[in-house]
Amino acid sequence: MSLLDVIGPVMVGPSSSHTAGACRLALLARAALARPPSEARFDLHGSFAKTARGHGTDLALVAGALGYAPDDPRIPDAFAHAEEAGLRTSFGTSDLGDVHPNSVRITLGAEEGTTTTLTGSSLGGGIVRAFELDGFRIEFGGGAPTLLIRHRDTLGVIARVARVIADDEINIATLHCARQRRGGEAMMSIEVDRALSAPAFAYLEHLPYVLWLRHLPEVMSATSDGAHIAAATARTDG
Amino acid sequence: MTLDDLAKATGRASDAVIADQGLDDAERAALLAGMRERLREMRDSIERGLASDAPSRTGMVGWNAKGLWQAEDLLGAPLLKRVQAYAMAVNEENARMGRIVAAPTAGSAGTVPGALLGVADHLGIDDDRLVAPLVLAAGIGEVISQTMFIAGSTGGCQAEIGSSAAMAAAAVTELLGGGADACVHAAAMALMNTIGLVCDPVGGYVEVPCVSRNAFFAVHAVSSAQLALAGLTSVIPPDEVIQAMASVGRMLPPELRETGEGGIADTPTGRRIALEMAR
Repeated sequence: MSLLDVIGPVMVGPSSSHTAGACRLALLARAALARPPSEARFDLHGSFAKTARGHGTDLALVAGALGYAPDDPRIPDAFAHAEEAGLRTSFGTSDLGDVHPNSVRITLGAEEGTTTTLTGSSLGGGIVRAFELDGFRIEFGGGAPTLLIRHRDTLGVIARVARVIADDEINIATLHCARQRRGGEAMMSIEVDRALSAPAFAYLEHLPYVLWLRHLPEVMSATSDGAHIAAATARTDG
Repeated sequence: MTLDDLAKATGRASDAVIADQGLDDAERAALLAGMRERLREMRDSIERGLASDAPSRTGMVGWNAKGLWQAEDLLGAPLLKRVQAYAMAVNEENARMGRIVAAPTAGSAGTVPGALLGVADHLGIDDDRLVAPLVLAAGIGEVISQTMFIAGSTGGCQAEIGSSAAMAAAAVTELLGGGADACVHAAAMALMNTIGLVCDPVGGYVEVPCVSRNAFFAVHAVSSAQLALAGLTSVIPPDEVIQAMASVGRMLPPELRETGEGGIADTPTGRRIALEMAR
């Protein structure tokens, strides 16, 4: 946790965990979808389920799905903006099991049928943790650019991916990988110290065993001037 | 870093916090620039909050800061009034979904600016001198966050307002010339006297008791700084106080951890308000 996360973020109230953190989790889900969503479903767990309305969690989640940062003055009117943007929203409650009380499962869908489901927790003070993506266990916090790679479980994938990142002169902060079953599909989440270069990204994308690749921006310093998010999501197409 | 390490620092506590981050020159400049920006945002939210009596989303709060600010000072205690009004100004802005700085959370956002800017304005201290104390406040929060999640839903209100009061107490102590040892003990005494506080917001809204609680704990932080500056210390080592708070947090039932199902939220009137708001 950086010092500017402790005194910060600058945000629209009323709750750092239930508003700013919720917004950041939805921003991560939007980046994982890599296109503007037309449909957003939010399943709330624990304290999120109990106090969502009082904390503006519903507004913040919708705002994040729209790509708004936690300090965006449009958050209080997020539902109206969603309607304008053609984003259909729905909410439910769900017992996600033995997870942090501030947890949510976010399912975003785009017009052409692509969907992404991200599950994560808001740990307090606006700090977040994503722990599941499209049914795979992953682990990242949005405090660094993050690569998400869905791939076939085969010999040498992790070594190859790590080599490409190293050759791009980027340090890996965290790496988490899990597979459905031996030889099946698997997912890697890799937090890196800076964003991958375009050639390195293209190289990874064309590896035969890579099925799907996303480059998520760092969201902890996202602000409503928009420059940060726009720049960081530019490379997630595909 | 632990609080005991920080207490042993020979220079200013804030310098020790910065040194511990291992930053290069550019990162250090970015940190200080970020803190200056947050200071401006804190000031801005105080000004908006003191000027507004617009109701919050539920209508339970919205006029407290302005009402107090404009009221006659019958106690003859202008510092007290200023600290309370500043703190509530920030949290009423927060309850109106206005723009604030989480410190460390939004629900406890009024404590640090209430105490630090309240004391500074009372004594006529320039904002430039508030940046280092703010860095120290962040450093104290960071140490606490290594032991427990700073969230009402995991540790009760003590985790939020206790942390903010500890951060503010250390900041005010440094502002008034206290050494690292005094700053750390100010934080520890503020924490020790917050342990056990539950998170029981009426209807789940960050309004009651949150707004007035920030006024109370901004004053609590100033009290703690006053004791520490006079040389009083916490008998229990500061890091053990954090452990105790985390342990009490784990003992709290879910009803008292930001679910709006216990305490002041679970009174006949609290339940009635929650029902009205749900409609």
